[in-house]
Amino acid sequence: MGLFGSFLSKFSRAKASIEDLDEFRRVLIESDLGVNVADQIIETVKREKAENLESAVTETLKSFLSTQDRTISISSGKLTTILIVGVNGTGKTTSAAKLAHHFKANGKKVLLVAADTFRAAAVEQLLTWGKRIGVEVVQGAENADPAAVCFDGATRALKDGYEILIIDTAGRLHTKSNLMDELGKVRRVVEKVTPIDEVLFVLDGTTGQNGISQAQVFSESVPLTGMIVTKIDGSTRGGVAIATEKALAVPLKFVGTGEGIEDFRPFDPESYIRELLT
Amino acid sequence: MFEGLSNKFSDVFGALRKKGRITESDIDATCEELRVALLEADVALSVVEKFVERIRQRSLEILPVIRQSTQQSQEIYGVINQELIAILGGAARRIRYAKQPPTIIMLAGLQGSGKTTLAGKLARFLKEDGNTPLLVAADLQRPNAVTQLSVLAESINVPIFAPEPGNGVGDPVRVSRDAVEYAREKLYNVVIVDTAGRLGVDAELMKQASDIRDAVKPDETLFVVDAMIGQDAVRTAQAFSEGVGFDGVVLTKLDGDAKGGAALSIAELTGKPILFTSIGEKLSDFDYFYPDRMASRILGMGDIQTLAEQAKKALDGDSAKRLEEKFVSGEDFTLEDFLEQMQAMKKMGSMTKILGMLPGANNAAMKKQIDAIDDKELVRTQAIVQSMTPEERRNPKVLNGSRRSRIARGSGRTVTEVNSLVDRFSAAQKVMKQMRSGGGMPKGMALPPGMGMPAAPRIAAAPKKKSRSGNPAKRAADEGR
Repeated sequence: MGLFGSFLSKFSRAKASIEDLDEFRRVLIESDLGVNVADQIIETVKREKAENLESAVTETLKSFLSTQDRTISISSGKLTTILIVGVNGTGKTTSAAKLAHHFKANGKKVLLVAADTFRAAAVEQLLTWGKRIGVEVVQGAENADPAAVCFDGATRALKDGYEILIIDTAGRLHTKSNLMDELGKVRRVVEKVTPIDEVLFVLDGTTGQNGISQAQVFSESVPLTGMIVTKIDGSTRGGVAIATEKALAVPLKFVGTGEGIEDFRPFDPESYIRELLT
Repeated sequence: MFEGLSNKFSDVFGALRKKGRITESDIDATCEELRVALLEADVALSVVEKFVERIRQRSLEILPVIRQSTQQSQEIYGVINQELIAILGGAARRIRYAKQPPTIIMLAGLQGSGKTTLAGKLARFLKEDGNTPLLVAADLQRPNAVTQLSVLAESINVPIFAPEPGNGVGDPVRVSRDAVEYAREKLYNVVIVDTAGRLGVDAELMKQASDIRDAVKPDETLFVVDAMIGQDAVRTAQAFSEGVGFDGVVLTKLDGDAKGGAALSIAELTGKPILFTSIGEKLSDFDYFYPDRMASRILGMGDIQTLAEQAKKALDGDSAKRLEEKFVSGEDFTLEDFLEQMQAMKKMGSMTKILGMLPGANNAAMKKQIDAIDDKELVRTQAIVQSMTPEERRNPKVLNGSRRSRIARGSGRTVTEVNSLVDRFSAAQKVMKQMRSGGGMPKGMALPPGMGMPAAPRIAAAPKKKSRSGNPAKRAADEGR
């Protein structure tokens, strides 16, 4: 049963009572959609006649979501470069590996770059993943300048004819301006070699409203082209991803649902909304 | 830390403060704003409702009493402050050490909450306190978690027990049990067990955690929570509380702008105290959690106590004493001392972090100023001083044009910058001379960054060298004959 289903079926039979609306609002807020989004949905329910309710709520939900393309555009015969960014502990390295696996399964030649030279053993973590999925990993020395590692990776990707280059950057809290500057540098340096096609922001699905602020600040250093929301399981709804997409119009592209390399799928807004409403 | 939350509180109070006389409807309006502010700060909905209701009740109760008060908004503020402290845990609690060492501390939490980093920080913290901690790598799940902990252990010079390579290989329960045995044998007095992160719903991993718990019988099980967690905090805390059980909470990543609502939610919902906070990337960015400080911080009152403690820690005893002696003996404060102070300041963290702890740091104007501060200024200043010869540092008067241009080249700065540093330094030296002669700090004299005297103000005027009396009898008495 989706998040809205039981309420909508109730509301479409009879006019919603104040208690029911309060309860509905509570459920919405508890899924981390935020006060703003929750209020707009409640307004829709209050405004619409019972028979139009479902389509009206669908429209409201759609209006929150970006209309941009959610696929990663890959031009054949040319290198596609993807930068993975986000705060600490959201699952960047795991997502980078999952993404690499996703492309490899589609027959692409993929190169990973371990540009997290800051966290102890982060490079080894990606190397282990690389071995498991059979993808080459470019690494630098620990505490090496991440921009230099990325430069090496990009150069090598071009030279050896890779089709996809995925760069895993170090986690950084968005409030550290020096680290955000470093990210800007990584981008500038890579772009000297090859254009960056995608910057994917990794958002922890258990994050609250702070997620919006994270994405906001990151987008000031590197223009974000998409999001990956992670750690989504049966109970975590990751409503903040919707709130963030609404606030910044950055499309959610992938959803990470577990620890396995296959626990990763493209985000499909149509079926997401259908799921919520049933 | 908690900035967002305190911003909102500041806004709520700003509106209230403008009212001379507070009515019941003002309280209702304030409570409504407070409700939205707390929800946006990711405080769990049920906690928000209870908290706001308590505030409303108590405010309404005191309303008749404070009718005569000229600062009614202050009284309401007091109510909120008290309630915040009450929720955040009343008094801070310390680690409970076992009567029979070793004391066993087990860390549990969601994936990515920062357990492994925290294990390192906690070990360092306890070691500084005179303990002999042993780190145990029992996260055999996440790729290279064992390596990560080993690297951390090495950097803080703490032994690690890591018999298994991890990456899915090995039995964490056995590792933990063996570790305790090992600690007993080698007389380590604290054992810190880093376990694998798990999702709240993962029954299998939850079972593993409770198996570890049963095997080692920890004295403290600490639940590690990311300060940025949202409404999920409720479910997560409950899952861990039922699945593993915990005695205390550690909040991590508090240096972000997370509004930190999780702290309120978890403390209220589980009734367990928050023991520690982790506030930065350096292994030293770790401290006890102080509910009263946090409450005053949330309300925009600043965190002077933490600042003072950090200053004390950063200026190590010896150098502070040396500075004091210099000051008393009338020796000049040199650029060498200045350099030492700058290095101490750097140990305290970035300038922005330090200033963020000051009262009023959350109001918009002050925030803008703080944001405009360039933390690299300290680095540049240090580079200039380090490009000087020892003689130049001791006696800046020798700095002629050619020396200055050499220093500029050496430090990669311009001659103008070198000049301005030297000028500011001589001005500061003058100020210190005046202070020593009891003149106090002249008004409007600003010290260049890093030139304050953190440890010195206790000293009054230096004892003057006693002049010998012209009267032979009196001189004899003076000299104690």
